[in-house]
Amino acid sequence: MTGKQKKVLYRIIVSVVIYAVLIVAEHTNIFPYMEQFPFGLLLFLIPYIIIGWDIVYKAVRNIFHGQVFDENFLMFIATVGAFVVGEYSEGVAVMLFYQVGELFQSYAVNRSRQSITQLMDICPEYANIEEDGEIKQVDPDDVEVGSIIVIKPGERIPLDGIVIEGESMVDTSSLTGESVPRSVRVDSEVISGCVNGSGLLRVRTTKEFDDSTVARILELVENASSKKAKVENFITRFARYYTPVVTIGAFLLAVIPPLLFGGEWFDWLQRACIFLVISCPCALVISVPLSFFGGIGAASSLGILVKGSNYLEAAADMDTVVFDKTGTLTKGEFEVNVIEPENGVSEEEVLQLAAYAEQYSDHPIAASIKRAYQKRGYQTDTERLSEVEELAGHGVSAKFDGEEVLAGNAELLKQRGIAVKESTHTGTVVYIAKGGSYKGSIVISDTIKPEAKEAVAMLKKAGVKKTVMLTGDRKAAGEAVAAQLGIDVVYTQLLPADKVKKVEKLLSDEETGKVAFVGDGINDAPVLTRADIGIAMGSMGSDAAIEAADIVLMDDDTTKIAKVVAIARKTRTIVKQNIVFALGVKALILILGAFGLANMWEAVFADVGVSVIAIINAMRMLKFK
Amino acid sequence: MKKKFKLQDLDCANCAAKMEEAIKKLDGVQDASVSFMTQKMVIEADDEKFDSIMKQVVEVCKKVEPDCVILM
Repeated sequence: MTGKQKKVLYRIIVSVVIYAVLIVAEHTNIFPYMEQFPFGLLLFLIPYIIIGWDIVYKAVRNIFHGQVFDENFLMFIATVGAFVVGEYSEGVAVMLFYQVGELFQSYAVNRSRQSITQLMDICPEYANIEEDGEIKQVDPDDVEVGSIIVIKPGERIPLDGIVIEGESMVDTSSLTGESVPRSVRVDSEVISGCVNGSGLLRVRTTKEFDDSTVARILELVENASSKKAKVENFITRFARYYTPVVTIGAFLLAVIPPLLFGGEWFDWLQRACIFLVISCPCALVISVPLSFFGGIGAASSLGILVKGSNYLEAAADMDTVVFDKTGTLTKGEFEVNVIEPENGVSEEEVLQLAAYAEQYSDHPIAASIKRAYQKRGYQTDTERLSEVEELAGHGVSAKFDGEEVLAGNAELLKQRGIAVKESTHTGTVVYIAKGGSYKGSIVISDTIKPEAKEAVAMLKKAGVKKTVMLTGDRKAAGEAVAAQLGIDVVYTQLLPADKVKKVEKLLSDEETGKVAFVGDGINDAPVLTRADIGIAMGSMGSDAAIEAADIVLMDDDTTKIAKVVAIARKTRTIVKQNIVFALGVKALILILGAFGLANMWEAVFADVGVSVIAIINAMRMLKFK
Repeated sequence: MKKKFKLQDLDCANCAAKMEEAIKKLDGVQDASVSFMTQKMVIEADDEKFDSIMKQVVEVCKKVEPDCVILM
């Protein structure tokens, strides 16, 4: 509890005690003169002033500021109304109950604010900088790029950098939601915001604090609540009309029945006061943003950054998901996936010939062949190699141990009169021949990410109607990947500009709901911006992608998209519940109040009690797993 | 220019909404948002007039919620 809340608590306790004494006195008739005016009034004014002086003060002050329909003013009028009709004890009780509710409400909001910020608590407080052999703690803001910082076991990594000494396991869970720690050693990159495991690390910083991962993430999360969801804006607009309407209703209720129908003035005044107490839209104004805030907090604890309530709201209606292939569904790295040796030739030999022939080539295909060869534990010995010649568009020819080796497409070998066995695999195929005879083929293709298939299946399960894949690949290659992943529609051979057009076409289709685009941001930042919900890969994606996207998956795990949808739907459910509940109770008490069936206590419940219940309901968002 | 300010003692959600509305109406303010949850305010306004706009912002906020202090 804050100091301010404690003070209110003490005032509540003191006034409750005095109030209780007065009530007992009134009922036991110890002081008979309490019945006489103005003794009772004066006595009950004591607890009223203790508990309500600030409300009265604020009410008067705000009227001078032109804030008429202010909560304080309404409470003031309502309680004064009770005093005027002679219900002294009720006037005090209402004020008391209101303050208790307010206290509870501010306590609940504080608590939820804390637990949400804890979820997002990734900000490092200091950096250990090494100077003349001594370790000094400084503000991460003051560390220059290229400085050497020391990260002790258990400390939070303050700045992005590269390890120059030490080995450790790093806990990235606060950034990515990934619970398995990552091992780092010399030359590994470390990102700020992660927590160091058991080893001591020396790190050369590569970024200033403002550009570091943690600062950028904090910036995104803090700005998230400024992008409001439609329903939030609706509530604010609604609140603007609700209060004046109810207040006018109260006035009419107090005046018309007594004037026109000869009603009892006191009775109708009391009913009007009930209206005034209910006229604050606070339950709605607090609980709706709080639910979204909780949803964003729950998402960030899973390593999903949502850049605004509006995107979370849109994600609940996501029914088409468009994937960029390379870097999103596939790793974007070309790897040797299949080796098909000719009869009597070993896989090793085919790979060896290819690796030697491609020795000097820096084409990505060549690089992946060399990598595969090294992975099997071999080194190339350039002395065995001579007369290397690149044949543009076809491949390479070279002499290996004095014999001619050819590595390239089928056409190259056919030109030399060598028959090839065409591979049936999709991907780029390199055919190998040595000394004029065919030795086999190597298929190089982009590898599908292990979680991609599950990600697509999970989206289907979550009710996404259509999954689409966009790729610049050839038709056969693209369709093969799509079929393997269970994607509904695939568009191949697209240029970056075509991707925007395809997404725009989906957006203009009236039957589809919200369209999400998932990409790594290489070439597709415009598409990310254009889609209803742009989802970017956080660790692999470019800065431009993170900037352009609405939702960022920190660990590039596409299965999290289905999680976002689930969080978004739960948030929406809670928001709906709160709106219906708050408006329902208020409407009910207004109607009952107008017919004289509700009392002041119920009215205060409809005001602060409903707020507290709505807040507690909104906090369920934090338990989302 | 876009700037962020911390708010102290912003105790009522409805006031935050009212403050935001009032700030948005100020001349030279392109966009404003007051977040009750994060107790922060983001103001986007013309560069040259930013200081004088901020003075007005403080004034209108005082009118709506005198207890709330903008930390600058």
